[in-house]
Amino acid sequence: MTHTDWPLWEVFVRSRRGLSHTHAGSLHAPDAELALRNARDLYTRRGEGISIWVVPSSAVTASSPDEKDPFFEPAADKPYRHPTFYEIPEGVQHL
Amino acid sequence: MTTTPAAETVPTAAALALGDDALVLSHRLGEWAGHAPVLEEEVALANIALDLLGQARVLLSTAGDEDELAFRREERAFRNCQLVEQPNGDFAHTIARQLFFSTYQHLLHDRLASGDGPFAPLAGKAVKEAAYHRDHAEQWTLRLGDGTDESHSRTQRAVDALWRYTGELFQPVEGLDEVDWAGLERTWLELVTDVLGRATLTVPEGPRTGAWSAGAGRQGLHTEPFGRMLAEMQHLHRSHPGATW
Repeated sequence: MTHTDWPLWEVFVRSRRGLSHTHAGSLHAPDAELALRNARDLYTRRGEGISIWVVPSSAVTASSPDEKDPFFEPAADKPYRHPTFYEIPEGVQHL
Repeated sequence: MTTTPAAETVPTAAALALGDDALVLSHRLGEWAGHAPVLEEEVALANIALDLLGQARVLLSTAGDEDELAFRREERAFRNCQLVEQPNGDFAHTIARQLFFSTYQHLLHDRLASGDGPFAPLAGKAVKEAAYHRDHAEQWTLRLGDGTDESHSRTQRAVDALWRYTGELFQPVEGLDEVDWAGLERTWLELVTDVLGRATLTVPEGPRTGAWSAGAGRQGLHTEPFGRMLAEMQHLHRSHPGATW
């Protein structure tokens, strides 16, 4: 058995009080079912999480560092692009 | 250790039987450390070993001093079933042993947890762990049995070799009077038959109990590999009796 049979999986865990899944790390597993179980052992053993997503690393498309500028350069000199002029009513959470 | 039952109400024979099962299997799984097929599986086996060791500590503490019981008893005083003391063998052997034992332990703790006996608090916690152990073993049985020709034949060999030790699991344990052992065995057979069938493995035809077969661990009669395992486990404690660490 070689590791070519054991693809890499990315693990996302939503914590007990969390609102969204956060990338927790990666691991090797032969298939999705065992990837879930391995993730449970490796990343949620102490009850940190209540929901796990596993995704084969090959399914993730990442932005290219070469395209960093056109992708991410913020138009900081155009404040009207940013929703900063609204007053947030009291009692609105998670914004 | 908040689930420790009140010591005076716990039948010692039952605490030793259940505690020794967990202790011995935990030690066997610990032997995999650094040797598992992949890192992730190493963590899984260690997790199961730690769960079992935790159960053993609670159970043995109700019967006396856990360290004294683990490290100072002779082989003939151990009450574990012979299944758990079987050597790890290859990965298929370890998984088959795990499937047989975890299925049994899950069913047993499920019944104990739903009763009002002295083991109910412990079993309530252990049943969740055992469910996970059983799931882990089932997942691997399916993959190995229905994997390659090599993994299939190795797993079938392991199932055949360990089959003879499974009858003993359903000998009534003194102090666990609320358990319907015959019913437990029927359910165990159904579940194991189902998993083996889905894994394309054959349920062995050999008897699970009988004169030729094993099955006296609960009476303190153990198989030959157990003595060597104990010698390794107890070596340091016996060399320095009374030390604290």
